[in-house]
Amino acid sequence: MTVTVERDARVVGKGPGPRPPRRPSSSYALFLLPGALAFLAVIVVPFLMNTGVSFTEWQGVGSPEWSGLANYRELMDDSEFWESFRHSLFMVVAMAVIPTALGLVLAAALFDYVGKHFGSGLAAVLRACFYLPQVLPIAVAGIVWSWILAPDNGSLNALLKAVGLGSWQQDWLGDPDLALYSVMGVMVWVQLGFPLVVFMAGLQRVDPQLYEAAELDGAGWWRRFRHITLPQIRPETYVVLTWCSIAALKVFGAVYVLTKGGPGGATNVPSYFSFTTFFEKTQVGYGAAISTVLTVIILALSLVGLKLQTRAEDAEEGVRP
Amino acid sequence: MTRALRRYPVLIALCIAALFMVVPFLIVAVNAVKSPAEYSRNGPLSLPDGLYLDGLKDFWERVDYSRKLVNSVLISGSVAALAVVLSVLNAYAIGIGRIKGRTWVLAFFVLANMLPQEALVYPVYYLSKQAGLYDTRLSVIIVFTVIQAAFGTYLLSSVLGQFPREIIEAAHIDGANKWQVLWRIVVPVSRPTLGVLMVFFFIWTWNEFLLPLVMLISNDNQTVSVALGVLQGQRLMDATMTNAAALLGVLPALVFFLVFQRTLTRGIAVGAVK
Repeated sequence: MTVTVERDARVVGKGPGPRPPRRPSSSYALFLLPGALAFLAVIVVPFLMNTGVSFTEWQGVGSPEWSGLANYRELMDDSEFWESFRHSLFMVVAMAVIPTALGLVLAAALFDYVGKHFGSGLAAVLRACFYLPQVLPIAVAGIVWSWILAPDNGSLNALLKAVGLGSWQQDWLGDPDLALYSVMGVMVWVQLGFPLVVFMAGLQRVDPQLYEAAELDGAGWWRRFRHITLPQIRPETYVVLTWCSIAALKVFGAVYVLTKGGPGGATNVPSYFSFTTFFEKTQVGYGAAISTVLTVIILALSLVGLKLQTRAEDAEEGVRP
Repeated sequence: MTRALRRYPVLIALCIAALFMVVPFLIVAVNAVKSPAEYSRNGPLSLPDGLYLDGLKDFWERVDYSRKLVNSVLISGSVAALAVVLSVLNAYAIGIGRIKGRTWVLAFFVLANMLPQEALVYPVYYLSKQAGLYDTRLSVIIVFTVIQAAFGTYLLSSVLGQFPREIIEAAHIDGANKWQVLWRIVVPVSRPTLGVLMVFFFIWTWNEFLLPLVMLISNDNQTVSVALGVLQGQRLMDATMTNAAALLGVLPALVFFLVFQRTLTRGIAVGAVK
């Protein structure tokens, strides 16, 4: 199809008389066709179905019964639902706030101290160590850590005992007061590499003259970090914060493998909550409502993040014409 | 002088932090080669007396690990290739064709990329049952091809948006049609970016958990991630088995990491800030 249309157009173009105006966009749209169909089938239709089902009462078999906003009203009174979103905030701290803050400091230290004075090879090796957990399937990371944090004969407890802190031993994942913090710790470990790598790449784009000038003015490392590094890589910071927050809201595998939302719902998160509602309780309508709320929050967050990023990039371009 | 002296504590602190990141891998490796008796006698922190590989072998046979590896490679490999093709086609229309309303089309792909899988999982499960694709590797390949292509389209569109127009104009003047321009010029020139995307799609798909967990219930179709995750979730493994599982799960990731280290760390940066 494309070929014939294209050929005809050229024949006309080559002929005598005025050239017809080029209209490039018409047949390019055909290249979008396979993508459009695939997205319709795999994303658009399922998403609309899910949203539709959230307004119904449905067990997954038979036909769904329209119930309007009943599921959402029920959600508002469901303490399990609020708990799961409260845990999401903890996940945002563990997967976005802490990794970003740590990543900034580590990236700047690796770049300034190690990269400049000990060679970029060493900096690359250290960066690789920090990035390694990111490549690991989350299910495997979960296995590794649930064994390290195991109450009997787990490595952490064994280590505490070996250094004489036996009284600090805990059932890290089994204690309702501790489990959430243990999962958070694991997530920091998993997530840290991503901000670090992005920030290290971002630092390479900062004009070294800025640092030299600041150094001549007698600014110490911390002041240079605050007044040059942070403002200069603000676009990266927004990207990382947005992406990591979204990842934190979506966290599922780690909870499934480490705690299954337990003990007693102490580590339940929206995504795991919707999963169990869908497939264990088979309250499909209610599960769909949970995931719809999650989707709305994530999309809102993406829009805010995108806006902040564009603004930061524009501001930066204004500074450096 | 004081500045030079301060470098070493910073370096040492960074090395300790890096070590902390790697230590879990080391403990797993050390304990996976201990016999159960040795493990219960000396605990997890001692060095192994010798190389005990029966635990690994038992585990491998018990979960039919070769089969899981084949499934994972097949699914991730197909997704990587197909998703790159789909992304290229989309991005060609958006980035080079500059079709009308491309901002909205692009916004759609960005949103599709952000969408949590939880909002798709039940309908996808239901529809695939209706279509007779439930519990097949093909269903997972189709779904992830599209999901990964959402990111690929977004990234490639901005890369191709900066593609030198002169090259394309010149090819058109030489008589190449759009299809030929795409495969003979755009794709070869963008090969490095496409390579990065393919590596990412492969690893991301390898690591996926929720959708494969829902879609692949029979043992014969499960991926490495799902098989290990389910085993762990059942809480049926003893310490030696857990370690074998962890080590066998870590190894492929480690291989990818070593092979693709450069691509990964550079690609991340490209992806984050277009």
